[in-house]
Amino acid sequence: MTSTESAAAADASATRAGSSAWGLEQGVWTLRLVPPWAAKALDDAALPAALGVGGRVRIDGSALGHWDAGVAAALWSLRERLQQRGLQVELASLPAGLGEVLLLAQPGDVPREPAAPARPALQHALHEAGRTIAFFGEVLIALARWLSGRVTVRGTEVLQQLDQTGPRSAPIVLLTCALVGVMLAYMGGAQLERIGAQGFLAGVVTVGMVRELAGLMTGVILAGRVGAAFAAQLATMQAGEEVDALRVLGVDPIAHLVLPRLLALLLMAPALLAFGALAGIAAGALPALWVYGVTPAEYLQQSLRALTATHLWIGLFKGMLYAALVVAAGCREGLHAGRSAQAVGQATTAAVVKALVWIVAAACATTVGFTAMGF
Amino acid sequence: MVANDAASPLLQVQGLAVTAGGQAIQRGLDFDVRRGEVLVIVGPSGCGKSTLLRHLVGLEQPAAGRVLFDGHDLHRGAEAPRAALRRRFGVMFQAGALWSSMSLGENLMLPMRLFTTLDAAERERRARFKLALVGLDGGFELMPAQLSGGMRKRAALARALALDPELLMLDEPGSGLDPLNAARLDELVLHLRQYLGTTVVMVTHEIASVFAVADRALFLDPQERTMTAIGAPQDLLVHGPAAVRAFLGRADAA
Repeated sequence: MTSTESAAAADASATRAGSSAWGLEQGVWTLRLVPPWAAKALDDAALPAALGVGGRVRIDGSALGHWDAGVAAALWSLRERLQQRGLQVELASLPAGLGEVLLLAQPGDVPREPAAPARPALQHALHEAGRTIAFFGEVLIALARWLSGRVTVRGTEVLQQLDQTGPRSAPIVLLTCALVGVMLAYMGGAQLERIGAQGFLAGVVTVGMVRELAGLMTGVILAGRVGAAFAAQLATMQAGEEVDALRVLGVDPIAHLVLPRLLALLLMAPALLAFGALAGIAAGALPALWVYGVTPAEYLQQSLRALTATHLWIGLFKGMLYAALVVAAGCREGLHAGRSAQAVGQATTAAVVKALVWIVAAACATTVGFTAMGF
Repeated sequence: MVANDAASPLLQVQGLAVTAGGQAIQRGLDFDVRRGEVLVIVGPSGCGKSTLLRHLVGLEQPAAGRVLFDGHDLHRGAEAPRAALRRRFGVMFQAGALWSSMSLGENLMLPMRLFTTLDAAERERRARFKLALVGLDGGFELMPAQLSGGMRKRAALARALALDPELLMLDEPGSGLDPLNAARLDELVLHLRQYLGTTVVMVTHEIASVFAVADRALFLDPQERTMTAIGAPQDLLVHGPAAVRAFLGRADAA
């Protein structure tokens, strides 16, 4: 600040920060800190307009009896702001320790460079989609290498995954499929009853469960139980550099980590699907018999008549496809996770969400496709 | 061991630039790792030591420059021969990176099973021997989660030795260990070099380690973002640039 400014002008432009005030003392703008004062009052609004840019200012703490972390933080940020305006800040008569603490809080060696600008949303989405497609490609290549005998998959690893995924998923698959079977029979029966066609109820439940719903429910359960676990396992391995330890050796993480999981789930899926469909059909019999007056013999006969090989194959294909999508979503998210605990959580969530969306999209596409082809 | 020219350097780093998260961390790195030496890469936290090591082992693609191992480029060309090249060095990661779903024995035997023609009995004997080398002879059946920090590091060192590497790359072996355990690990590295003839590249910020094991030390400067000195630590302590002398001079305090 130039010393040519008159004292009157200084008085007029002097602003108050609590009871602390800026004023011209011997030609130097000085902030005299007087308690009690609020740290907030030291913000930009309290700087005198005439302070300008460049020159020297003084902060005088002679009236400050004691200080705490709040005072230190307020002075530190004020000093930063003044220095950014090109002002030289002189700290005078601060209580013991305060000046030393402020000296400690000097700019560190972390460069204050702006972080790399985040990608626009569309570009980010395209990048992610590209990664997903690349991952599917890598999995297919690894599968082909395994089928042609160029990569071995450890039997014990597959068995271990089978044990983790199959038997423990079975009860919950049975339960959900049974409940869906009851719903299907109830809703279907109500509609069929209006045209007196309750006799076809068994066919509706059987075809619905075998062809569509057993696979869908199994897929959903696997997404939550198994896809999430795969993502968490692989993301933790990624965070602990375990995946890097494989890469350094030239071991393909896809072949070593993803294939055993994929094979285990593909081996387990038909059994889960069969149990799920049977549970749904059996549970669907309850409303059919009790509410809509279908006889057990009718139900069984109708059910067997409706069940063709085409429905069985389509149901099996869909269920296996969903299981593969669950593995792909879980492993893709796990292997591309960041290196932190938070990243493991994000990978797990993303794996479940992706698996569910992919499953529903695949269900829709296959239903429309197979129906359009006349199956 | 390779019947290559014994005088030629094992690892050559030429004009290497190292980036992490899109930001340049170190550039213009030029140095050789001589056969049989212990080269320590040293510098304050955050100067890019571990990132440099990830480049040296071929996990990251350099922004510029190249790394030659025994005359072959580690970052360019077909993956299969580069992977074969990488299997000639053993890497010990900072957190150990033992495969957590496998026992220690399996951790050591997996690379042997995948990349050697040894039969199962021979693999097990060698795995047990290498665990014994690092003082973990009873740990064959243990899972990584059952180990203490120091044991995990030693197990990771044993795994790095699984394929009898020509070059050991160690990322902060002493980090997170008490001084006694850290010193024990340093001693182990020296013994391995002495008895197995392994060349060692080790990243550390612990000055005691530098003086204990290094034939030469390479100093990375976080401000200059390049290497500012390379040489025997005792020489650097006397004749090195001021920042290096100040860093190494803390050995007495440490």
